[in-house]
Amino acid sequence: MTTASATLSVGPHSLAAPDAPKRVCDTTGLGVCLAAQRFIKLHAVVGIVFLLLGGIAALLLALTRWQTVHLLPADWFYRVITFHGINMLILWILFFEVAILYFACTTPLNAKLYSRKVAWVGFILMLAGGIMVDWIILVGKADVMMTSYLPLLAHPAFYLGIILVAVGTLVGVYNFFATLYVAKRDRAYEGSMPIVTFGALAAAIIAVVTLLHGAVAMIPTFTYSMGWTAQPDPIWYRMIWWGLGHQSQQVNVCAMVTVWYLLSNVIVGAKPVNETVCRTAFALYILFINLASAHHLLVDPGVGATWKIWNTSYAMYLAVLASMIHGFTVPGGVEIAMRERGYNRGLFGWVVALPWRNPALSGTVLSVIIFGFLGGITGVTLGTQQINIIAHNTLRIPGHFHVTVVGGTTLAFMALAYYVIPLIFQRDFIWRGLARIQPWLFGIGITLLAFGMSFAGSLGVSRRSWDVDAQGVYGPAVHLWLGVLGIGGVLAFIGLLAFVLLCVGTLFFGPKNNGRPMADWGTPPIQAGAQIGSLANSHTATRGTIVLTFVFLACFVVYYFANWKALADVWPVR
Amino acid sequence: MSLRPLTAPWFHAPAGHEKLWIGVALVWCFVMSLMMPYWHFRGKQNSTGEAYTVKPDAFLERTQKFVETNRVGTFKNPIANALAAELPIVEPPPGGDAYLIGRMWQWYPALRLRVGETYRIHLSALDLQHGFSLQPLNMNFQAVPGYDHVLTLTPTSKGEYTIVCNEFCGIGHHAMTGKIFVE
Repeated sequence: MTTASATLSVGPHSLAAPDAPKRVCDTTGLGVCLAAQRFIKLHAVVGIVFLLLGGIAALLLALTRWQTVHLLPADWFYRVITFHGINMLILWILFFEVAILYFACTTPLNAKLYSRKVAWVGFILMLAGGIMVDWIILVGKADVMMTSYLPLLAHPAFYLGIILVAVGTLVGVYNFFATLYVAKRDRAYEGSMPIVTFGALAAAIIAVVTLLHGAVAMIPTFTYSMGWTAQPDPIWYRMIWWGLGHQSQQVNVCAMVTVWYLLSNVIVGAKPVNETVCRTAFALYILFINLASAHHLLVDPGVGATWKIWNTSYAMYLAVLASMIHGFTVPGGVEIAMRERGYNRGLFGWVVALPWRNPALSGTVLSVIIFGFLGGITGVTLGTQQINIIAHNTLRIPGHFHVTVVGGTTLAFMALAYYVIPLIFQRDFIWRGLARIQPWLFGIGITLLAFGMSFAGSLGVSRRSWDVDAQGVYGPAVHLWLGVLGIGGVLAFIGLLAFVLLCVGTLFFGPKNNGRPMADWGTPPIQAGAQIGSLANSHTATRGTIVLTFVFLACFVVYYFANWKALADVWPVR
Repeated sequence: MSLRPLTAPWFHAPAGHEKLWIGVALVWCFVMSLMMPYWHFRGKQNSTGEAYTVKPDAFLERTQKFVETNRVGTFKNPIANALAAELPIVEPPPGGDAYLIGRMWQWYPALRLRVGETYRIHLSALDLQHGFSLQPLNMNFQAVPGYDHVLTLTPTSKGEYTIVCNEFCGIGHHAMTGKIFVE
């Protein structure tokens, strides 16, 4: 491929240019831009440090809400919950996403990163902001939860830190867009960008819209906290803040789905069943997710029923449709690739034959299942305008988003790290046995945690509350589910700790793999007589996937209408 | 390949299983989006967000007047809770207005309602945002300073109900409670 493009006249931002600082990957044969590689490393490592900080906080929280243990005192509980939210939802995810963006705009396009200086500026702003926020929370000047709902007010450094992180991220996103532009201009690649870059592009576009919402909400709040301007209206703040808070989760969804496509390609050679459909689905995210900030205002005063209903369904649920499409095309692509490789027995023979000992494979599969069956179904249901009456601010809400952003996005990012570290850091993993069970520990732990949260929430337990015995309304069933929450949290923390130890240990002690392919985690060998591409024109080879998606739909329908029934049992209200 | 640029034409209409799934998913999305307007007209539980602007001290004044005129007793909290040891019990006239304040850290006053009657409950917060969470029914609404949030509520079951707070409001948040008695 490099010889083909080298014969063309290419610009300076193509890796095919004579003096481009690059190396050729010993495993894939693809060109790697050395500048991009450095910033992928930096962002990934800092992201994993914030993941560890957020994870320690998570363990303390789980051990406090587990009422039998009830570890932290009240002030530290609320402080740690603020710290946990910021480190996990903002710092870990944003740092890792910038790493993914820098990868997606360089190696797949055979392009050089647009600017190292811009990348440094973005990175330093993000890091400075992150440290500022964490510090101000830990000294007890910002016990306001991640959402910091006005009139609750934190120290100005809290808002300033978040603004710095947002601006730094925007600078990184700018570098991504600029790289896409110069790669096209300098003919670094021919044809259309691959689906992985396209998904990253969708994530980046949503990130811009998201971070602008963040600026609109945070800047007046910062000036108010300095005493320069009047207090912004609390409902206005909620609406704009959730333009940041909810859409940033769609950035995560986009990045996660991109990782699904990437890993299923790397591990089993899967490709999208239909590029047009997959790309349209990404476009639907960009167009319609903006409305979803309404999910957090469904039982609020001041916004009417029509507004709530229209925005709840983000224009007839077209963003949900997008997720349901990816939920088909990702496993569908895997099924076709496996059948083409000769694993053709029955409906699910290809599932059995998947390389389950490969942690990136098990992590991806668990991410798809946890995100879809648990996170997606609960999210759409809880975000239904009227059903929100029996869910708002209960533990059902964190029960939902821990299976989307943790069991889905974080687990997918962990799975990705099992390839990022050997390929980008050029070191093979240590403790490969531990790595093989790590996704299971984390996935099962987070699932238990979410079940505990969801059932306790259904029994009326509120989120972000230190104690469930002070109100005198919750019985033994609640204590049971909070125990499940606690055990799940401990298990997930062990999975997280294993991941961090594996990554950090590998960075220091992993055997170098320069000059040879990375150690294989396990890929399905092609069976005798099988031919790649033999099912390229078949539209009915996805027999197993279509059955699985209909099982998914059945679960969805049952859960959805069961919640309408539960709603019908409470007092009439309007 | 997902990682390399596409050079062959890639525009294809969906077909086969994929077309079937997209069609079914689209129908399901329509069903879900139609459920909400349907329930708005035919269902009994809706959040219309009816609200009026009100200054916190004006809302406190209205609530105090409501308590003076309609007070029927005193609720002594059997749970040791310094934040809400005692609350006036107030009974609004059937079909009438009731006022409920969320503040650090109690719901004031306690309400007595009659089963099957409909009330307009005015809900607001004086200091920070609070979360009205009626237990064990598990009905939840937001209380926001500056907004008089009107819930048109019809109790359909008798008993003693506890309002807990489910929006973080400081160190006493977990112990912030109130009462609704239905007779």
